[in-house]
Order: sequence, then structure tokens, then C-alpha cells
Amino acid sequence: MAKVLMKGNEALAEAAIQAGCRHYFGYPITPQNEVTAYMAKRMPKVGGVFLQAESEVSAINMVYGAGGAGARVLITSSSPGISLMQEGISYIAGAEIPCVIANVMRGGPGLGGIQPSQSDYFQSTKGGGHGDYKLIVLAPSTIQEMADLVQQAFDIADKYRNPVMILGDGMLGQMMEPVDFDNIKKGENHIEEKTWATTGMGTRKKKNIINSLELDPQMLEKHNIELFKKYEKASKEEVRYEMTNCEDAEIILVAYGTIARVAKNVIELAKRENINVGLIRPISLWPFPVEPFEKTVNYVKRYLSIEMSMGQMVEDVKLAVNGRKPVYFYGRAGGMVPEPAAILEEIRKISGGAK
Amino acid sequence: MAVVFQKTKGLTDVPFHYCPGCTHGIVHRLVAEVMEELGVLDKAIGVAPVGCAVFAYEYFNCDMQEAAHGRAPAVATGIKRVHPDRVVFTYQGDGDLAAIGTAETVHAAARGENITVVFINNAIYGMTGGQMAPTSLIGQETLTTPYGRKPGNNGYPVKMCEMLSTLDGASYIERVSVYDVKHVLQAKKAIKNAFTAQINKKGFSMIEVLSSCPTNWGLSPNEALKWIKDKMEPYYPLGVYKNTLEEVKQNG
Repeated sequence: MAKVLMKGNEALAEAAIQAGCRHYFGYPITPQNEVTAYMAKRMPKVGGVFLQAESEVSAINMVYGAGGAGARVLITSSSPGISLMQEGISYIAGAEIPCVIANVMRGGPGLGGIQPSQSDYFQSTKGGGHGDYKLIVLAPSTIQEMADLVQQAFDIADKYRNPVMILGDGMLGQMMEPVDFDNIKKGENHIEEKTWATTGMGTRKKKNIINSLELDPQMLEKHNIELFKKYEKASKEEVRYEMTNCEDAEIILVAYGTIARVAKNVIELAKRENINVGLIRPISLWPFPVEPFEKTVNYVKRYLSIEMSMGQMVEDVKLAVNGRKPVYFYGRAGGMVPEPAAILEEIRKISGGAK
Repeated sequence: MAVVFQKTKGLTDVPFHYCPGCTHGIVHRLVAEVMEELGVLDKAIGVAPVGCAVFAYEYFNCDMQEAAHGRAPAVATGIKRVHPDRVVFTYQGDGDLAAIGTAETVHAAARGENITVVFINNAIYGMTGGQMAPTSLIGQETLTTPYGRKPGNNGYPVKMCEMLSTLDGASYIERVSVYDVKHVLQAKKAIKNAFTAQINKKGFSMIEVLSSCPTNWGLSPNEALKWIKDKMEPYYPLGVYKNTLEEVKQNG
């Protein structure tokens, strides 16, 4: 199979199928409707299950059941729908059920709009549901990377018995780019047998229970500590990022997903004005990559976080920089995408007197 | 010595936490006995609710999942779609099934999801201490209807069997009770029919069991059983509301 021209939403669906996902539960919401349409068409052809649920609330609980029964499961939605799923996501994390959740973000709050946005960063990375838990959050910036990360996401979910979120936005979902499925860097795919899954006891002596309830506070704390050991391991092993032109940069932009593509263009524009600009692109939003900041903090003059939100990731940038260098923010919200010229203007502004 | 009675293999040895006189224990045993008699314990996967039966996952001797409040039919759907050849059931109370989880219940039935639902209707929220349930009777005093349930403020009790039997996806719907031996035996037969419908791939089946809650009704166990018969049964008539098993028999 050569390169195929695909929408991001379609690539997301196809990548899941190629990763061995045979169960998809969803509910229509713009701008991710291509995923449900694609799955409705493809799943019956590969012997899989596509089920349109009566709500996102129901869909995420179907994922709980199917994932707990041992299947590789995908669920996708967009911001308001993901909000509805938060209860279920908390239960899934608590019961340690692997699954992949994709959020094709749109502007909020409330019903908001249907244009691309990155305003669910907090919800995704800081625990949108109740209780102490973490999602592993991966943010692609190209359609090819969407396909790559979706495949890896299933392996990571199985490895940690934890939900993994693909955080995209309406732009990535809707735009078309060539995708090469043959050369996808497939994960190890060492899926350990899911001996914990509820498959019916068969000849197994001990019954399996999928559960997040623990009334004994000592036992629940023990469970919390065990979960955080897992997150600790993930925060060492699942860090992903890309650095562009950071070597001699005086200003480093920090951007993920769609807006990181725009930021890359800004590097060239700035060069023409003799401003040396670099880019740190977090690919894993949780665990947030601290390493590229450690590598650059000694020589860079300032960081500028660029987001399609009113400023969310900038808080993690500040934590990583930890006061050692100034951190600035520039963003557009509500479905507006910052333009290169506007970012350049912001760069001029913050480098102002110093230049 | 001849063994004259043995506990069903469908239950674990974990002691029930239910209040004295509560009929959850009876219904647990009936479900477990039915699964044992049908020989499906090794391929059964149950889903426990949030409510008094939250620990059902400890009691049934088969694989179990514990669902979020009201979501058991969605969770069961996920399990069944992964393992269509297994026997999948939920065990839910009235708040779980007929209030917060109404949508999940109705749509599982509408899809003809091939699962069995055991629905305990005791007209009250037991675990949280006796609040009004969607099935509380008119005039019934609860923590949240201290002057009695009034239609003007609280609306009317929900009749789930009647509602669900209008859906084409429902295969077997029956309302039973367990207030005396005769009715316990009838309830067991009904539960067996429901599981049989699932095994025969007929679609959604549900058994509603009118049950007692002496603690939150403020009655003795005996008075509570009488209350089911005198107060609940007239509003919630017992009987078979939907039965596609018989159609098959007649056809076949």
C-alpha cells in the first residue's frame, strides 16, 4: 500500500483497525464524525464491532465493559462529548482498563463552536474526572503522526493498563495529508495475555473482577499509591517531544498539535529578521517533557508558549522552566488559529528592547 | 448421611452484608441457582450496580464487573459485544435502573442487546438511607418525601416492565415478587426464562422483582413482605409482559 490521501479523522480510525482494535463505540459530534462513518463502514468488513451508543455517557461505559472483557477498544469524540465521558474515564483509570480515547477538540466552554481549539489541555492532562489519576496524552501535529501515535497508543494502554488519550483538534481531524501505513513504526506489540480480563471463568480457578470500589481507606490509599507507581514509570518511559532549531535560539516557542505547524513556519520568518527562534513541540502532553527545557534553559533568553486557548499548557512550561527564564504566552481562542504574522509580531514585542 | 440441601455453586462463601429481612439475598440465590442449573457459571459475566447490591461482584461465583451508577446495561453491552457467546447479566436497583440509568436501560432494550437484567424494585433508595426512588409509591414517606410522595411535586412512579415491553428489542419481560414461597418459586422460573431467552439469542430480557426494604420502610421483615403484597403489587401488577420464547414454541 502506497501513500494514501486521508483526513486526520479517517487516518485515526484506520490506524486503530491496523493496531488490532475491533471494538469501537461512539456518538455523533462535529468535528469528528468521519471517525464514526469510517468505523461503521470498515468494522463489519474486518469482523469488528461498530456501535453507535445513545450518548457519550453510555459509549464510554461500553468501553469500560469491552476493555474490561479484554478487547482493544477505541472511543472518539469532541470536547463537549469528552466532558460527558469524564465519569467513565475516571472509573476506567480506577479499574485499570486499557483503552484509547481520542478528543478532536473544538472551542468551548459549553456548546462553544465547531472550529479547532486546544482548550481541553487542562481537562486532558490534569484529570478531567474525579480522583487521583492520570491519562497518558499524545498530541500529533500531522496526519502521519496521528496514524503513528494511534498505533503506539494501544500498546501503551496495554502496557500500563491505563487509558491513553489522543489529543487532536478540528483542524487535524478535517485536513487531508498523505499517510503511509506500511512504514508505520509499529510498537513492540508484546501484548501480554490479559489474564485479569472478565472473559467468563472457563477452566480458570479464580474469578476475575473489574472494579474501582474500595471502602477501606487504607486499601484505597494503597491502590492510589500503586497507580502512581505506574504513572511514575510512564513519566520516565513515555516522554515524547521534538526540538527544532533550538541550538542557538534566543527565543524558543513551545507549541503542540496544529499550532506547532504554524510555529515551524515562524522560525523561517524570524530568521529573515535575524531573530533566532527555536521550537519545542511536546508530543506527550502527559507526561509533559521537561528534558528539552533542561537542555535549553541555560542559554535561551525567553520561552513563548503558543496555544489555541486562553493559556493552559503555558502553566506546564512555567513549571518546567521554574522561574529560571521568562515565559510568555500568546494564544487565540474560540476556534481562531494564530497566524504566523501575529506570532512573529509577538516575538518582536517580547524581544523588543533586548534586540 | 444423605445430603438433603446444598448451597448453590453460583454463590461464593462471602457473607452477605444485607439488612435482616431484605430480599436481595433471596434474589441473589435464585439468580445463582438458575445459572448453576443452566450450566453457565463458567461462561457468565455479571455486572454489579451502584446501590445496595454494589458488592454483588463479591457474591456471584463468576467473572464480574462493577459499573458506575446506572451504567450497568452499557457496561454489559460492551462485554457482550466482545464475548457474544458468554452469558452476560446485570443486577440493578430502582434508582440505578429507572432513574440515573434510564437511558442505558431503555436503549439496551431497544437495541435488543442480548443480555439479562435483574431489576430489584423496592420503591426506595436503600444504600443512601431511604430517599425517594423513581418507583416510590404515591403517598410513600421517604427521607426526601417526608410528607409523602405527591404527584404535583414528585410525579408518578415509573412502570419499567410496561414501558420496556413496548420495545421490539425486548424478548422476555416479567414482573415477579418474593414475598412468599409460591412467589419465590415463580420468580426463579421467570429468571430462568430470562436467561434462557439470552442463551437462545432472543435479545434483551428483564425480570423486575418487587422486593422489601424493612430498614428504610421502617417495618419489621414480616410487615415489609405484607407491604409488598398490599401496597406495591396493586400498582405494579405481576405477570409476563413480553415473551418471545412462546412465539418460538408456537412457531416451532
